Order: sequence, then structure tokens, then C-alpha cells
Amino acid sequence: MQWETVIGLEIHAQLATNSKIFSGAATAYGAAPNTQACLVDLGYPGMLPVLNGSVVRKAIRFGLAIDAEIAHRSVFARKNYFYPDLPKGYQISQLELPIVGVGHVDIVLEDGTTKRIGVTRAHLEEDAGKSVHENFDAETGIDLNRAGTPLLEIVSEPDMRSAKEAVAYMRKVHQIVRYIGISDGNMQEGSFRCDANVSVRPVGQEEFGTRAEIKNLNSFRFIERAINFEVERQIDLIEDGGKIVQETRLYDSDRDETRSMRSKEEANDYRYFPDPDLLPVEIDAATIESIRAELPELPDAKRARFEDEYGLKPDDVEVLAGSRQLADYFEAVAGATAAEARLAANWVIGELSGALNRDGIDIDSTPVDAPAFAGLLDRIADNTISGKIAKEVFEAMWQGEGSADAVIESRGLKQISDSGELEAIVDKVIADCPEQVQQYRDGKTKVIGFLVGQVMQATRGKANPGQVNQILRDKLAT
Amino acid sequence: MTRQTIAALAAALRDGSVTSRSLTEASLARIEAQQEGLNAFITVTGDAALAAADAADKVLAAGAGGPLTGVPFAHKDIFCTAGVRTTCGSRMLENFVAPYDATVVENLAAAGVVVVGKTNMDEFAMGSSNETSYFGPVKNPWDHERSPGGSSGGSAAAVAAGLVPAATGTDTGGSIRQPAALTGITGFKPTYGRVSRYGMIAFASSLDQAGTFTLTAEDAALLMNVMAGFDTKDSTSADRPVPDYTAGLGMSLAGKRVGVPREFFDDGLDPANAACIRAAIAELEQLGARIEEVSLPHIGASVPTYYIVAPAECSSNLSRFDGVRFGHRAEGATDLESLYKLSRKEGFGAEVKRRIMTGTYVLSAGYYDAYYLQAQKARQLIADDFRKCFETVDIIAGPTAPTAAFRLGEKVDDPVQMYLNDIYTIGVNLAGLPGASVPCGLVGGLPVGLQLIGPAFGETAVLNFAHQYQQQTDWHLKAPPGQA
Repeated sequence: MQWETVIGLEIHAQLATNSKIFSGAATAYGAAPNTQACLVDLGYPGMLPVLNGSVVRKAIRFGLAIDAEIAHRSVFARKNYFYPDLPKGYQISQLELPIVGVGHVDIVLEDGTTKRIGVTRAHLEEDAGKSVHENFDAETGIDLNRAGTPLLEIVSEPDMRSAKEAVAYMRKVHQIVRYIGISDGNMQEGSFRCDANVSVRPVGQEEFGTRAEIKNLNSFRFIERAINFEVERQIDLIEDGGKIVQETRLYDSDRDETRSMRSKEEANDYRYFPDPDLLPVEIDAATIESIRAELPELPDAKRARFEDEYGLKPDDVEVLAGSRQLADYFEAVAGATAAEARLAANWVIGELSGALNRDGIDIDSTPVDAPAFAGLLDRIADNTISGKIAKEVFEAMWQGEGSADAVIESRGLKQISDSGELEAIVDKVIADCPEQVQQYRDGKTKVIGFLVGQVMQATRGKANPGQVNQILRDKLAT
Repeated sequence: MTRQTIAALAAALRDGSVTSRSLTEASLARIEAQQEGLNAFITVTGDAALAAADAADKVLAAGAGGPLTGVPFAHKDIFCTAGVRTTCGSRMLENFVAPYDATVVENLAAAGVVVVGKTNMDEFAMGSSNETSYFGPVKNPWDHERSPGGSSGGSAAAVAAGLVPAATGTDTGGSIRQPAALTGITGFKPTYGRVSRYGMIAFASSLDQAGTFTLTAEDAALLMNVMAGFDTKDSTSADRPVPDYTAGLGMSLAGKRVGVPREFFDDGLDPANAACIRAAIAELEQLGARIEEVSLPHIGASVPTYYIVAPAECSSNLSRFDGVRFGHRAEGATDLESLYKLSRKEGFGAEVKRRIMTGTYVLSAGYYDAYYLQAQKARQLIADDFRKCFETVDIIAGPTAPTAAFRLGEKVDDPVQMYLNDIYTIGVNLAGLPGASVPCGLVGGLPVGLQLIGPAFGETAVLNFAHQYQQQTDWHLKAPPGQA
């Protein structure tokens, strides 16, 4: 039988705020356990939550970025359950009236076509703390630093039909939250993670199969692997005459498999009800419009503009528009250099990105800023240096040796364009390589490459290869 | 010193005829002498009180301070106090010391009150007789065989017996007004949101409101002047200006309209009590007010509505008491589940458990719509009834409680009878309105309370009505036998 996979994702994006969603405690990652939890986070008797206004604006930014309805009135609700890392015995979340309603995200499939993935809703909630099992013998430690960290939970429609589509959607949402600056998207630190609802059904069947929810996937690679494993498990089980049970499963990346955590029967009754400690969040149209006005250019719009305005290839645009910082850098370079935009794109994608990746440096702290990079491209454009030499210059700039001009000057890398000087060198090469010269004259013109190479070697790369080629041809023709 | 008003003490402190130290020593001595009889206090903070009194005397000697400076005072043990245990009347918090002060505590301390201790109360404020306290029931100063009412029974008894001139209370369903009525003093519950809930241990968050026990409405106004106000730490506190409540006490009642809900004079109201209430209303008429009968058609739904909303919220609010971070932790737990179960089984009393179970039930999948949502609708109807009344009247007057103080043990095994004691007060909480209870008579030697209810943020009107009534009558001056 042919099977179709159906996937919906619940993405948790940690909102980039200095303080927590309902308290003034800091949210910095990696602090010593329980040093960033105040009495509100600890759920002390008499403590009350106070909403951090910046999380509301961030949620609205996201809603506008995915063309969603923004609720003029949204309500926080309590999700009640007992767990040691949940200090109040309930999590403050949103149920019936989320801040962001129906929206959508477009993804590009492998065949280049675009697919629209529906977003059901996005709501604000607080994160729980963390249970720590190491170093506590038979007991469990609790670190409440993360308790109360603001999260935006983004719930998709079950619109994805393969692990690859799920990853493309996840990447796209990741790109959007980073573009609009609401989350750092750091997956290692858990700032961006998802739960995947996965089911299978025979191709052509309209009704959904029973789904399993895979919890807490925090890398693109794991999402793809976990879903693929789960799909196979479900198909095998059904084909062997078994039945899928609705349950929560955990992905074990070491074993590359999913395991059952709890079934629907064991699931909690969360007894949601509106949190009486918090007023409904009322948002007027003017506020929404002021937030809309602050939105940066979004990835899809930027891609279209880059192709149109700079004449770049789709593949290059994909890379450049992949992050707002890289795109901004490219535009700063393209605007400052006399070189063509395509050359700028090639160099940003090639040398700059390569060096950033190699050294694990974020583009915001690049040692070669956009004006300096533009200065390097200018020297290629005006033939002061060749592309090959430019790589050496870039490396020197990367190591802090100064501007392109300073490096070219101090290292003596200026291209030899004095034709008299070049002709003398060419003459010497012709004299030194009679065998190759003869071959050329016998019609093996390809050998000219060798001769050009000899000249380049003699000039330590500083000659203009095109010019050398021309001089050689002229001289060998006579 | 025996029963004296804040206003009188403030004058005496200012003219030097008494010192805060002497008042505080007298208060501590009376507390000690009557603790065994009344059981009004859970914790007495003598040393800290004397130190605060000395500091207040210095302020007064310098000619500074306000009307509350140096006045002995008590807090219901539901308000968190830094460094002094806050038990909420529960074994769960028997040894809990909060690392911070509630906003109410902080504001009153800043105004100079001298806190002599924390008063007894029904466990987590759940009760109408003070019998659910882990620390034993409070006795009514008028008759030690009887209940002072609840949940703020300790504060009521302490003020009625003249142990302190004033104390805080909290009112979720009548927990200030009913004990004030049963002990013959003035109890005042402000509009929901008028006083910050920060640091007040939550019972039912959408209903809880801090207020006062005093001998007079004037004293309540003095306290409200420092207790009321917006608090950035409580999102549900009202961000609106606070008037000078004492300045509003001089208004004539001539031409003011008093609504008397016909539903309040039902079969449940003791006829002798009803007579006192009628007489008090006639007194208001004597003062120039116009009396009109009004109707609150949905008020009959208030007790069942309340006993869905309040338990629902409490079941969630009390989840934090799990033995993990603070409060009672059971010995001998073998795993997480048993730690929860044992700690909560040992830490909570029967009434608290009953309400947690009720609340858990009404919020459960499949029952939420039938109970919780229905209750929210009923609550809206009750609030609308009041709102409509206040389109035509300035104040609503009626009984505070159906009977005078009942005997300890009389209703303790019948929760429904106990709950019905709050039948006239609960609707006010559901509607979030300000209300007072003022003494208006004696039945069989026991006090009766007149309830005055105002529109939202109509504190001034309620306090002025109470004040004008007290200018005309002397029921509020009647002290329990042997306490005058």
C-alpha cells in the first residue's frame, strides 16, 4: 500500500527579552542554578504575575510577519498539573483566546515550487524549570532559572507531507523569528524547539490517521530523523496488523529512535481556566499598526528584491537572504563598491561566509566590516589585484593587517600592469621555455596556459593574467 | 486603655497624654491576658512592636508622623510579613517565614502603625466560623461559647475585645463583614482591586480583597487612606486616584437614596435580626435618606455560584503547596507522588481539602462547561443586578448575616449550613463591590450588623453612610461584657 505522511508542528520560540514574562528576573542563559529565579518564579505564597509588555509586542510582530489575525483581546489561562519544575502547580499559557490567530508561512519544496503551510495560532506562555538528575544520587535537583522564560508557541496546521517539508517549515519559521528580532533562535540552548505531530494514512484517504506527538526536537537534523523513524514505525506497525495509539513519544538521538513517554489514557486533565491574576490583554488597532510600521523587510520580499534589483541567481539569493545580518552586510558592500553586485555576492557567499564558518564567528563581530570588504572588491574591479591575490589580501585583512590598500601596499601585491615590465618578463619566459613555445607554434595552443603560469610565477601572481595572455599571444604570433 | 478609636489615640499621642510605648505595652498585656480565652492571635511580636513603638514615639516627639503613627495594630495572618511567620491558619505554613512584606503591610508600616502580631483565621481563609484554623477556633468576646465568625475571626475578636484598635482582614465571600457583624464592630471591604493583593496569600484571586476592622467608619477611612492605591506588583489593582476618604465623611444623607433588596428579607433571616436591620434603615430615613425597595433577582444564585468559582480558583492557587520548595514536607515519602500526597494530606485540613476537591471537579474536562462556565454567567447576572440597582440608588442596605453569633461546633459538621451564613455577603464579592458592616443592635445580648453596599469604587459613599449612622447611634460603642 502507498502511505501518505501527515505532519503538524508546535514550535516553541523563546522570546528575546531581558526579563521573564511575568517577573523581573533575568533570562540570560547558562547562569548558576536558581540564581535567576525570583519569588514570583518560585511561586511563593502571595506572589502575583505581572505581564512583561515587550513579549506582547514581539508576539504581534510575529503575527504580522506571517500575515495572521492579531487578537484585540487575548486571555491568559492556567494549565494545571503537578511537576517539581513547575513551581506554582500551573503554567500560565493561553488557550481559548491566543494573541495570534490564523496565518501562514510559504516554504520552497525541493522541486522549486512553493507550498503554503497554515499556522493555526500562536500563543504566549511561560517556560517551566528543569529537573537535574546528575550529581544527585537517587534524588532530583531543580533548577528554576528557566521557569517563567517567555515562549511563543507556534502551532501549524497538519499541512506537511514529509520530514523534509517539516524541516523546511521549521527553517522558515526560524528565519522569520530571527529576521524580526523576536528570538535568537539558538537551538543548542533550547531557544527554538518543536513538538511534531506525526500520522500516516493510505494515499487517497481523507481522514487522518491516529497521531503520535514527538516531544522536544531541538535540531533540524533530529526533526528529520525523528519523523522519518516515526513514519516507518507507524507504517510497519499498521502493515503488521497493529494499531497506532495516540501517545507522546520521545526521540532518542543516540539510538535514532522514538520511544513512548505516555499514552492518551495517562495524559493529564489540565483543567484550564482563565488566570484571575492577569487582566485580558487588550490591543487596539493603532498599536498593531505601529508595530507593523516597525517590521523589517521579510525574507520572501527580500529574496524577490535581490533577484530583481541586483540580478542575482536564486541560489545566491537563498544564501544571502537566509539571515538578515548577512543580507544587510551584502547590501552594505554592494552599495559601497564600484564592483558589480554579482561579484559582491560571490565574495560575500564565498570568502566572507567561509571565513566566518571556519572561525565560528558571528557576522555581527566580523573582523572585516562591509566598507573594508567593499574596498577590497574595488581593487579587483579596477584591476589593481587579481581575484587570486584578493584572496590573500582578504586573509590578511581578516587577520587584522588593515585595509585592502594597506595590505596591497605593505605586501607589495599591486598588479604589474606596466606593459614594458611585463613584456620583459614574457620575453624571458619565451626564451626559457623553447619546447613549449615550439608546441604552441605547432598548433597546441593550449600550452599557453603553462606559459601564462610561468609568467604569473615569475611575478608572484601580481600580473594581470588577461594582459599576460594577450602579450604572449602577440609575441608568439610573430 | 481599653476600646479606643484610632482617631482618639492619634489625638492623645499628639497631645502627649499617652505614648506609643504605653499603648503598645497595654495592648500586649491585654493580648496576653486574653489569649487563652479568645485565641485571637497566632503570633505575637512583642519585641518588634516595642521597638517600633519607641521609634514612633521619636517621630511623634519631633512633631512628625500621621494619624496612624504609633497606633497598635494587628494583621490577619494571611498577609506576608518579612521575618515573621505567616501561617494562613494552616499546618501547611506553620513555620513559613516570608522573605518580604505584603504591599498592605508595607503601606501601613510606612504610615507608622505598630504591629503587635498576626491574628488567627480560618485555614487559608476558607470558613465562616474560624473553626477550620489549624491553631484552634477564635472565641467571640461577647460569648466564649460562640464563634466570632470567619474567616478573619481573630482580627474581629481582637478589635472587639480592645486588644488592638484596628486590624486588617480579607474578604472573599464575607470574611470581613460577617465577623464584624458577629463581634459588633465596623468591618470594611473595599472594591475589588482597590487594595493591592500582593503578598496576601491567595484563596480565590478574583474575589479576594483586603480591608479593615475598626470601631468606627472614621477609623476605616483613616486606614483606607494608606491602604488603597494602584500597585505595579498586582495587575488586578485599580490604576485610579485615591480620594481622601476622611474628607468624604461629612456629607449629609438628605435626599440620598437607599435601596433595600427584597430578597434579603427572606425566611433565612432571623426575625429579631430583621427587626434590628429595619430599625437601622429607619434611622437612615431619619437622617434624610429616601428608602426604596429594590430587587436583586439573581442573588439567590450567589452561594452556589461562589462555591464553584472560589473552589475552582483555590484548587489552582493551592497547588504550589506541594512540599517541594516551602511549607510542610511530609517525612517518609518514597517518591515524588507520595511526597505530594503525604505533604498535602498532612498539611491541609478537611475544609481546604473539600474545596480543593470541589474546585478540581468543576474544572475537569466534561464538567467545566456545566459548572465553571455556568457560574461565570451567573456571576455576570448577579453583577448586572447590582449595577442596575445603582442606576437608581446611592447605597444598598440590608443584613450582613442571617443570625447573630452561632455556637462553636453548631455548624461545623454541616458545610451547607455554614456556607449559607454568607448568603448576604457573597454577592458583593461576586460583583466586586465595596461593602461595610456596622453594628446596629443587639439580639439576646449579641451584636447584629447592618450591611451597606456601594457601587464600584464608591468607598466614600459607603464610609460616609456608616459614619453618619454612627454619628446618630451608639451601637458601635457597645463593648462585649467585661471589655468596656
